[in-house]
Amino acid sequence: MSDMNTAMVEKYRNDFLKEVEANVEEGHWVKMCMQCGVCSGSCPLGPHWAHPPQEIFMMIRAGKRDEVLSSDSMWMCTSCYNCIVRCPRELPITHIMHGLATYAKRLGLAPKNQPTSQFSEIFWNNMMKRGRVNELKLGLSLYFKDGFSQGIKNALANQKLGMNMMKAKRMSPAEFFGGHGVKDISGLQKMIKKAEEIELAKLNANK
Amino acid sequence: MAKYEYSYYPGCSSQDGASSSNLKRSIETMCEELDVKLNEIPDWNCCSASIGYGSGGVLPRMSLSARNIALSEQHNPGQDIVATCAACWLATKEASERFKDDENFFQEANTVLAEANLKMTNQTPIRHMCEVLVEDIGYEKLAEGVKKPLEGVKIAGYVGCQTNRPFGIAGESFENPMYLDKMVESLGGEAITTYEKKVQCCGGALAFSEPEKSQEMIKGIIEAAYDNGADMIATPCPLCQANVEIYQDQINERFGTKFEMPVVYYSQLISVAYGRSAEDAALDGQIIKAKKLEDIASK
Repeated sequence: MSDMNTAMVEKYRNDFLKEVEANVEEGHWVKMCMQCGVCSGSCPLGPHWAHPPQEIFMMIRAGKRDEVLSSDSMWMCTSCYNCIVRCPRELPITHIMHGLATYAKRLGLAPKNQPTSQFSEIFWNNMMKRGRVNELKLGLSLYFKDGFSQGIKNALANQKLGMNMMKAKRMSPAEFFGGHGVKDISGLQKMIKKAEEIELAKLNANK
Repeated sequence: MAKYEYSYYPGCSSQDGASSSNLKRSIETMCEELDVKLNEIPDWNCCSASIGYGSGGVLPRMSLSARNIALSEQHNPGQDIVATCAACWLATKEASERFKDDENFFQEANTVLAEANLKMTNQTPIRHMCEVLVEDIGYEKLAEGVKKPLEGVKIAGYVGCQTNRPFGIAGESFENPMYLDKMVESLGGEAITTYEKKVQCCGGALAFSEPEKSQEMIKGIIEAAYDNGADMIATPCPLCQANVEIYQDQINERFGTKFEMPVVYYSQLISVAYGRSAEDAALDGQIIKAKKLEDIASK
C-alpha cells in the first residue's frame, strides 16, 4: 500500500494532524490532548513505549509523521483502558492508538517483525477463516511465525503448557482438523469484504 | 419458565476444548442454580477481541459485533445480550454505542449486514454476566441460596481490565471496584479487600506476543495475592484467568519464584457454594487445582 502512503504524503504535506483527523479512528480527538501525561503514567507497559501516548499526541501536532507511524509504540497497547478512564479530557486514547496502528499498517509503515503487529494479523486471519478463533492454530501460527526451526523450539518450550491445557480439556487436537466455526461463513465473509470496501473507498476519497 | 432469561454470547474461548471451556461449564451450572435461562445467540461469531485492529479497520471489526446483535434481535427478541467474556462484552458494547453515537456509521453497518441478509435496530442492551448478578439478582438473593458457605477461604478478587474499564459495573469505581469482593462475602468466603492488584493489567493479548513483558506483570498479580495471604485468586475474565494461571511454571522458571496459586472464576465459587459437585463447577478444568474448593464440594 505504499501508493496510498505516497498519495497521503502528497495530499497532507506538512499537516500530519489533519491527516490523522481524517483517516485515523477517533483521530479528531488528538488536538484535545493537554499534555498532562496521566495516560503515559497509567500505562501498564509505559516504560516499554519509545513514545508514550502523550508524546505521540504532541509528535502528531509537530508533524513527525514518519517517527509516529513507523514507531512500535502503539503496538505496546494492551487495551487495558486505564488511560481512557483517567484522561481528564476524556480522550478515547486506546482507540486512537489502535487507529494509528491500523493506519500505519495499512500504509505499510508499521515496523516489520513487530510481534504484536504480527500477532494481530495472525489473529484476524485465523478468525476470518471460520468466523471463530481456532485457538490451537492461533498458538501454532504464532510459534511458527519466524520459520520452522524457531517454531519447533517455541513449541518445545511450551510443551508442558500445552499438555496441561489438553489434560484440563482446554485445548483440543481436534481443532487442528477444522473445529468450531459459524455456519453462514460465506455471509460473514461477504459482510467483511463489503465493510473493507466501504472503508477503502473513504480512504481513497481522502487521498 | 425461568425467572430470568437472556440472549447469551459465550464467545470463542468458551467453546468445548477451548481455553475457558471451564468458564462456560461453570456458568451453566451457576445459571441452573439461579434460575437463569441462557439462550445462545444462534451462529454467533468472533468479536475480534481487542487485537484484530492490525488487519481489521473500525467498520470490519464492528461489523462483527453488528452481526451478533442482529442475530440476537432476530432469534432472541426482547432479551438483553449477556456476555461472559470481558472482550466479547467490551467489543459488542463498544460497537453498539458507536452505532448509537454516529448515524452514518450505523447506516454503514446495516449496509454491511445486508450482505448476509441481516439488519439491526441496535436497541438491545449489551450486558455482562456480573451485571446480571449484581443488578438483576443482587447480593442478598445470591447469599440466600448458599448451601455450603466458602468458610475460611481467602480469596483475592482480581477484576482485571476489560470487565472494569471503560464501562464497568454501574456505581463501582474504576480504581477500586468492590463487587467481586461483595460476591465472595455473599458466598461466605473471606474477601481480601486490600488486594492491591485487583485492576492490574495481565498483558491481555500481549501475553502471547510479548511474553516477557506480560509475565512480569502477571508475577506482580500473583505475588500480591500471596502477600495478602490468599488461598486463591478469583476473576470474571477468561483471558485474565488463563494468563494468570497457565504461565506460573514459566514465571517460576524465569523469576525463581515458587508460585502455585489457583485462579478460579466467580461462577465456580457460586457453583460450589450452591452445593454443586467439583465436576459441575468445572474444577477439573484447573491446571493448578483449587484444593480448598474441591474439599468444600466433596463435603
